[in-house]
Amino acid sequence: MTTPAPQPETAPPDSRRGFLRVAGAGGVAAAALLLAACGDDDGASSTASTATAGSSADAGSADGDLKILNYALTLEHLEADFYAAVVDAGVLEGAEQEIAKRFGESERQHVEALIATVKKLGGTPVERPKSTFPVEERKAVLELAATVENLGAAAYLGKAGEIQSPEVLAAALSIHSVEARHAAALNHLLGKPSTPDGAFAKAADERTVLAAVKPFLVA
Amino acid sequence: MSHQITNPDVPLDAIEVRGDTRQAFLLKATLATGALYGAGLVGPTVRRALAAGEMGDVDILNFALTLEFLEADFYRVGRKLSLSDEVAAAAKRFGREEAEHVTALKATIEKLGGTPVASPRFSFPLRDEASFLKLASKLEDTGVSAYNGAAPAIESKEVLGAAGSIVQVEARHAAVIRLLRGKDPAPQAFDVASRKDVVVKAITPLIRAGA
Repeated sequence: MTTPAPQPETAPPDSRRGFLRVAGAGGVAAAALLLAACGDDDGASSTASTATAGSSADAGSADGDLKILNYALTLEHLEADFYAAVVDAGVLEGAEQEIAKRFGESERQHVEALIATVKKLGGTPVERPKSTFPVEERKAVLELAATVENLGAAAYLGKAGEIQSPEVLAAALSIHSVEARHAAALNHLLGKPSTPDGAFAKAADERTVLAAVKPFLVA
Repeated sequence: MSHQITNPDVPLDAIEVRGDTRQAFLLKATLATGALYGAGLVGPTVRRALAAGEMGDVDILNFALTLEFLEADFYRVGRKLSLSDEVAAAAKRFGREEAEHVTALKATIEKLGGTPVASPRFSFPLRDEASFLKLASKLEDTGVSAYNGAAPAIESKEVLGAAGSIVQVEARHAAVIRLLRGKDPAPQAFDVASRKDVVVKAITPLIRAGA
């Protein structure tokens, strides 16, 4: 095998798309069927048609990963800043305050890892957005935390299939399931179903996610 | 936990994936999981299978199916124990969801032209609620690490999406079981990924001899 090239921007093999070209419409249709069985939404059909279309996005795969990483970074900034505001406000007590601290610390680690990853890929980390959150009342704070975490988990799930680099995908997955843990724990503490979508978690697309967080952004 | 790997000794740039040597451009320190996925799954055998045809995703799906068989059967057996209302409710819900995973994975394997593996016969060392929750926690955390370890090797983005949808539910189960045990629901900022052989070793004691 070749020695690793020093150029970090060299794109990894576009294996998923390559597979789909080989497998043809049968594989795509099968997978779309699974997604339909999973109760997924219209994201499945658009994904399938994109894949069938073939290799058009190959050249831009590294750019695509950078965009996804910066999108994730924006969300992680918001989560980290939300928990920091919650902890500072002192509206939670005891075990709940401890959870806010611990979850917030994990989000900060996600921020740091994503910034470093963007830089390693030769990109520029997106700026930390200015945000404001209502942190006056315990129940509302816990509900907002659950909303934010469930949204975060859905956002990562929505991007997983678009990530080209196996390394970036592995990293995103290792964060995705932590967001899911946070979301389930908060749902559970609130007496809500820990698996609100049932056996198959639903993804959220970027437009939906950004619209949902917009009220917390300071222009 | 013994079945998790947090300090891989396989250098990232030494892992061969489908004939290409990957490059060490990611954060080995912060994102240790990135180094892991290919080490076990994409060994010479799997690589040959990948080279020969479209066996890769079916193999991974059958691996996942075995884990879901295990989890579904675990909750089915565990529900027969005398459990508190809260734990019984979780066992019922989670068991139903694992059974749905089994159904979906079987259907997907068949649609991809593969043959779903048969379920092994399992034996669970369950005595009471405490032992149930302890093993549940281990199985769910193992499930998360197994999916996270296997997913980057999935070729089809649709199969990947489905696996992601399932692993999120496994992670949710793991968090709630941990809460029910009075444990931290999310002990790490980055969930670990486990190699297939590590997962197999972890679950082998639960498979009946000869099954």
